[in-house]
Amino acid sequence: MTDIVQEYGSAAPTEDSSATPQVVNRDSPDFAAFTVVHTRHYVRWIFGALVLFVVLQFLWSLATNDKYGWPVFATYFFAPAILKGIQLTLGLTVVAGTIGFLLGTLLALARLSKSPILNSVSWSFIWFFRSVPLLVQLLVWYNLGYLYPRLGLGVPFTDNYFWSFDTVTLVSQFAAAVLGLSLNQAAYSAEIIRGGILSVDQGQLEAAAALGLPRHVRVLRIILPQAARAILPNAFNEIIGLIKGTSIVSVIALGELFYVTQVIYNRNQQVIPLLLVSVVWYIIFTTVLSIAQFYVERHFARGALRVVPPTPIQAARAWVKTQWARLDEKPAAPEPSKAATTRIGGNGS
Amino acid sequence: MSIAATHASDTVTTPTTRGLVDIRGVSKSYAGHDVLHDVNLTVQPGEVVAILGPSGSGKSTLLRTINHLESVDRGWVTVDGELIGYEQRGDRLFELKEREILKRRTNVGVVFQNFNLFPHLTAAENIAVAPVALGRLGKADARELALGLLAKVGLADKPDAYPRQLSGGQQQRVAIARALALQPKVLLFDEPTSALDPELVGEVLDVIRDLAKLGTTLIIVTHEIGFAREVADRIVFIDAGHILEVGPPERVFGSPKHPRTREFLGRVL
Repeated sequence: MTDIVQEYGSAAPTEDSSATPQVVNRDSPDFAAFTVVHTRHYVRWIFGALVLFVVLQFLWSLATNDKYGWPVFATYFFAPAILKGIQLTLGLTVVAGTIGFLLGTLLALARLSKSPILNSVSWSFIWFFRSVPLLVQLLVWYNLGYLYPRLGLGVPFTDNYFWSFDTVTLVSQFAAAVLGLSLNQAAYSAEIIRGGILSVDQGQLEAAAALGLPRHVRVLRIILPQAARAILPNAFNEIIGLIKGTSIVSVIALGELFYVTQVIYNRNQQVIPLLLVSVVWYIIFTTVLSIAQFYVERHFARGALRVVPPTPIQAARAWVKTQWARLDEKPAAPEPSKAATTRIGGNGS
Repeated sequence: MSIAATHASDTVTTPTTRGLVDIRGVSKSYAGHDVLHDVNLTVQPGEVVAILGPSGSGKSTLLRTINHLESVDRGWVTVDGELIGYEQRGDRLFELKEREILKRRTNVGVVFQNFNLFPHLTAAENIAVAPVALGRLGKADARELALGLLAKVGLADKPDAYPRQLSGGQQQRVAIARALALQPKVLLFDEPTSALDPELVGEVLDVIRDLAKLGTTLIIVTHEIGFAREVADRIVFIDAGHILEVGPPERVFGSPKHPRTREFLGRVL
């Protein structure tokens, strides 16, 4: 900075007049010819190096510590039992997630309705299922047969059934898991969806009403797409939570990924390698969902942003393109002043 | 940028009863505070009425009662003899189901101060959404209608722009086109230029001026005194929920009767 000031104060005007005679304003130097020197962040660099060292050390230990048992990991990663467990984990997530969010939407709409009955029933549902631990819920659903041995249709408030089922056969392990997970999920997603709906401007409702749009069109076409922007980050949080949360159903001996892992390591005592198997699978699921989240959010951002940000692929392509263009440019710029100009311009892009 | 008569001509069926608004003895209060007090006003079909008054005088509330966005405590509002919220059978008024209210509402278009365009829909989609949802037009026809209306408000080149990509004046013109898509008998404007930069006000007023020539009943709440004087057939002055003055612009602006009107006009003119 001081260099520029000195030059500006003394040397610049005379130098300018000799080198570039076409300059009109002789008092202000032509900054395009200067090279920009960025601030140097020494402390940032030191800490960056430290963190990098710790990360590398950890990765090195992963590779060299044979207690991680990577060969065992490799044998079991695609083992049929594990794949079957994954099938169940994903199945539970899809079913519980779908039921949870559909029921949650209904609960949210009920909570926002003007009917005091719908409103308070919805509130109580949410209150109850958020209050009772999921673990307890699963055990209760699994043991429902103890409370109500038979379920069916009959004369209200009596024990006379026209048509009934044995509870134990009706509520299997899988059904108990689905019930517990989806009702719990519904309670949480109801609040997320309600929050999203509340975030939509009141004027949107008025405009939709003034246009005479029927209620289902208002909800599905006007309100929910706008609420989606507020709902989605939390909804993906919930789904990612759910996919790992399914591991809790191992308490009712349902053979999902985590339960299968436990069964195997109880047999062969390879605890860490098998836990790593399930951890890596969970990481894969979460990664896929995170990528999906980016694109889904991007879809619902249309209209909310003036310019939708590029996808990582588009950004990478644009970066390669500019780098490529720079490579092309360099030999074709022999004139020093022109080269300096491109350098300054190039920093921005 | 003229709104040609073609749009209106194919819809005019009974020109004599098109857009008669009758407001009778309307009162409304929020939490004990009177917003509207025994308001009576008849707006003739095709008439252009400008409602003036200080902030909080109840002029927006009055406008919103006309299409039942706001319910009234006493009195009633009819459009072409139809109550928007109720149906008369004998000596009883039956509150209408929402579906029926919505249908009647489509006779009354509203243009809001803050545009209230749907931000996730493009300009053309904003206009086409209601005719499609109400089953009046197929998707392709609605799109064509939208393009035609956009051309009429001078935005033929913006059908696929999202509201946030448009200026305030352009957004308000899309909002006017959206209100026109249902071919309403009455158009309500709730301070249509109050949220706009001064230099964008003109383009919106131009569109409203063109509408005024078409014979749709227009009721405009505005602060643009000059515009009201130019375009309105009658001026209504409201203060504290009372209509203090009704009359042609020359009379109301030239020789206001009520001292409150004189005071208000003295401050804004």
